[in-house]
Amino acid sequence: MAEETPAPKKERVKKKYPMPEQDPKERIHNFNEVPLGQDAETVIKEAERCLQCKRSEKRKICVDGCPVGIDIPAFIRKVKEGDFEGGIKIIKQYNALPAVCGRVCPYENQCEGYCVVGKLKENQPVGIGRMERFLADWEREKGMAKPELPPRKGKKVAVVGAGPAGLTVASDLAKRGYDVTIFEALHAPGGVLIYGIPEFRLPKAIVWAEVEYIRSLGVKLVFDAVVGKTIKMQEIAQEFDAIFVGTGAGLPKWMNIPGENLNGILSANEFLTRTNLMKSYMFPEFDTPNRIGMRVATIGGGNVAMDCARTALRLGAEESWIIYRRSDAELPARREEVHHAKEEGVKFQLLTAPVKYTGDETGYVKKMECCKMRLGEPDASGRCRPIVCEGENFVLDVDIVNIAIGQSPNPIVPQTTPELKTTRWGTIVVDEWQRTSMKGVFAAGDIATGDATVILAMGGGKKAAEGIDRYLSQNEPWPAKEVFDKISSH
Amino acid sequence: MYKVVEKRDLAPGIHLLEIEAPMIAQRAKAGQFIMLMIDDKGERIPLTMADWNPKKGTVTIIALEAGKTTMKLGTVKKGDELRSIVGPLGIETHTQDLGTVACVGGGIGIALMYPTVRAMKQAGNKVLSIMGARTKDLLILEKEITEYSDEVHICTDDGSKGHHGFVSDILKKMLDEKRPIDVVYAVGPIIMMKVIADLTRSYGVKTIVSLNPIMVDGTGMCGSCRVNIDGKTKFGCVDGPDFDGHKVDFQLLIARNKRYLAEEKTAVEKFKKEVA
Ligand SMILES: Cc1cc2nc3c(=O)[nH]c(=O)nc-3n(C[C@H](O)[C@H](O)[C@H](O)COP(=O)(O)OP(=O)(O)OC[C@H]3O[C@@H](n4cnc5c(N)ncnc54)[C@H](O)[C@@H]3O)c2cc1C
Ligand SMILES: Cc1cc2nc3c(=O)[nH]c(=O)nc-3n(C[C@H](O)[C@H](O)[C@H](O)COP(=O)(O)OP(=O)(O)OC[C@H]3O[C@@H](n4cnc5c(N)ncnc54)[C@H](O)[C@@H]3O)c2cc1C
Ligand code: FES
Repeated sequence: MAEETPAPKKERVKKKYPMPEQDPKERIHNFNEVPLGQDAETVIKEAERCLQCKRSEKRKICVDGCPVGIDIPAFIRKVKEGDFEGGIKIIKQYNALPAVCGRVCPYENQCEGYCVVGKLKENQPVGIGRMERFLADWEREKGMAKPELPPRKGKKVAVVGAGPAGLTVASDLAKRGYDVTIFEALHAPGGVLIYGIPEFRLPKAIVWAEVEYIRSLGVKLVFDAVVGKTIKMQEIAQEFDAIFVGTGAGLPKWMNIPGENLNGILSANEFLTRTNLMKSYMFPEFDTPNRIGMRVATIGGGNVAMDCARTALRLGAEESWIIYRRSDAELPARREEVHHAKEEGVKFQLLTAPVKYTGDETGYVKKMECCKMRLGEPDASGRCRPIVCEGENFVLDVDIVNIAIGQSPNPIVPQTTPELKTTRWGTIVVDEWQRTSMKGVFAAGDIATGDATVILAMGGGKKAAEGIDRYLSQNEPWPAKEVFDKISSH
Repeated sequence: MYKVVEKRDLAPGIHLLEIEAPMIAQRAKAGQFIMLMIDDKGERIPLTMADWNPKKGTVTIIALEAGKTTMKLGTVKKGDELRSIVGPLGIETHTQDLGTVACVGGGIGIALMYPTVRAMKQAGNKVLSIMGARTKDLLILEKEITEYSDEVHICTDDGSKGHHGFVSDILKKMLDEKRPIDVVYAVGPIIMMKVIADLTRSYGVKTIVSLNPIMVDGTGMCGSCRVNIDGKTKFGCVDGPDFDGHKVDFQLLIARNKRYLAEEKTAVEKFKKEVA
């Protein structure tokens, strides 16, 4: 990317200072991170673009777009002064995983989407996400200071699931003096951060560092513990004073169209878990295989789909397609992911949906029949409803297809814990304090909201930690069953 | 980490490992399995629990060398530690009030059938066990299975012990003799389970098979283990591994289990070079 010439004094710099990135031609042959990070000087200059807007009834600013309400103008002020320590301290009051969120948050709809500078003609918003990332990386590289822990309260909290929601709850409660134990089904912590989001977008070393920090607060991690199978919620409830459930949305959705079980058709979860968690991209050094496709199609238009399409290229695909039923404007993925995918040569077959797969004699998928779509009236989600254009079907040659059309809540905990009320979508019903219909049990993250974002999972986790602290320190009665019936009927 | 407290070879290429896993040992039920990962670079593979000891806090698995991971399990020694064991997974085998059950196990299926035979007997059923292997050296657990069976029938492909032929021959004979059999439980190579299911279909005898699709997480998160039952997609790991044999699309299972043949060959060749 071309360097911009610094603006003359007093004149505002209209564009974000560029983020150095790996060249697209090079990066499709490796799993290294794509954005390389900015230096301190650049970040300070970026901070100078901020107008330090005041929030008011009439004017919405960056903070209004942040799901956890980080005091963004305050941390930018610190950056501008070159006080990085002060900056990261402010962020960490609100966000336990800044190095993660600084990479994967959909800022364009959140803080940066509300940025007043971004609303000025020809201007881009202030690069808030990049600044968050810089501060978190700066802190990690210098070594994270362990906060002073208050005296132990002698109360035990169990956290089920080591995704962003669970990790946030664990860290917040450990800092408040609780003894926290995390039960995680997989053999590694991080949830989607470790098994789903690829290395080139979120280096796993960052997730490890965050987990090490949480461990340094005295949090215990028990792996290989599938709650509901290895140990039941009711058993945990006997040993712990409160339980947090953050088991996420990991159940793959299917389209249920002919040929979907052919070899070579995978859920995005399987494709990404093989690649990221099991490191099949280093096969045979690592034992888990992943079939390499030359013509890969990924169904869906979200972050998960972009991750699949870009991973396929890195595994050696000659062509990688995104098949999405709406148009470019409706792609739910972060804009940066779409941009990166296009730069890398991912082809977008928009307004298209598969209707049928056919395979060869070995049971491997060979062809995908698609129908064309057009956009109709907006539906309940506010997006235009895709409508099939009859008689315009066409066929694509494919050898790997990834289905990335969303995940449902993980069913094991609710299925084995009848006390937990769920909605008809399978999410656990919670009230404003993240309390569930089972006394002493709280839930947040994708298991409570359906598949969403890291920052929302974390925000929910923060609220739950506060709720648990209140529950264990005040003698408030638990809401009655009817309260949850009412919430779920809304 | 999970310590191996016992390691024995039951036959050439068939390894028994008793492993410390107290939480799993407390809850294990017949027909359930674990996901096992030997080390950081290893694959997660499903293995049925052949036995478990809640007091000692151990589970026992019996693995037949099929590829890299099971071969590597053969090189694990007593005292070694394994990276990850998750369980107990899958739905336990239904054993209550069945009546007379014919348990049919072929090859490594004999090891998988043993806990079921025991549970069937302990639940008060009459158990007729039919076990078959290529040759007599591979007939494992004969003593243990006999202990919990009302009858034991043995066969080998090469005639070195028992009936010279297949387990399906013995079952067919029983059915032709109109012996009262309420349920057939079959476990072993896919093709064996298919033959048994095809056989019992014509006699109208309910048949349960234990399927072995390729798995990754074993907890319902990926769909690698998809099987087709009565036209519907199910996950082998959470909806199974036991299914109604008359409703299984065996052709699909056979095709899906060949998904990684080329990669499996590469892994075995690399492993052989490393140990040589
Ligand atoms: C490929 C992919 C890309 C994404 N990209 C982005 C992005 O760019 N930006 C963004 O903001 N969001 C993104 N998301 C969404 C985001 O990752 C999730 O919203 C977030 O991780 C939810 O956090 P969570 O803690 O609720 O659940 P998860 O991260 O799903 O963690 C749940 C944890 O619970 C464990 N668990 C499940 N069941 C049990 C059980 N019975 N017992 C014990 N443990 C259990 C799981 O193994 C897992 O570790 C992406 C998701 C995917 C899949
Ligand atoms: C529920 C269940 C219970 C099982 N119980 C036992 C048991 O008690 N003893 C035993 O010896 N075997 C058992 N198996 C089969 C065992 O998991 C495979 O033999 C093993 O995974 C092969 O791994 P490998 O690396 O040695 O061989 P590979 O070279 O990887 O594979 C050899 C063949 O094994 C099958 N296979 C490969 N990977 C997997 C996988 N991850 N999951 C399932 N099958 C796979 C494929 O058909 C493949 O062609 C069970 C399988 C399932 C699903
Ligand atoms: S093994 Fe992943 S869903 Fe069954």
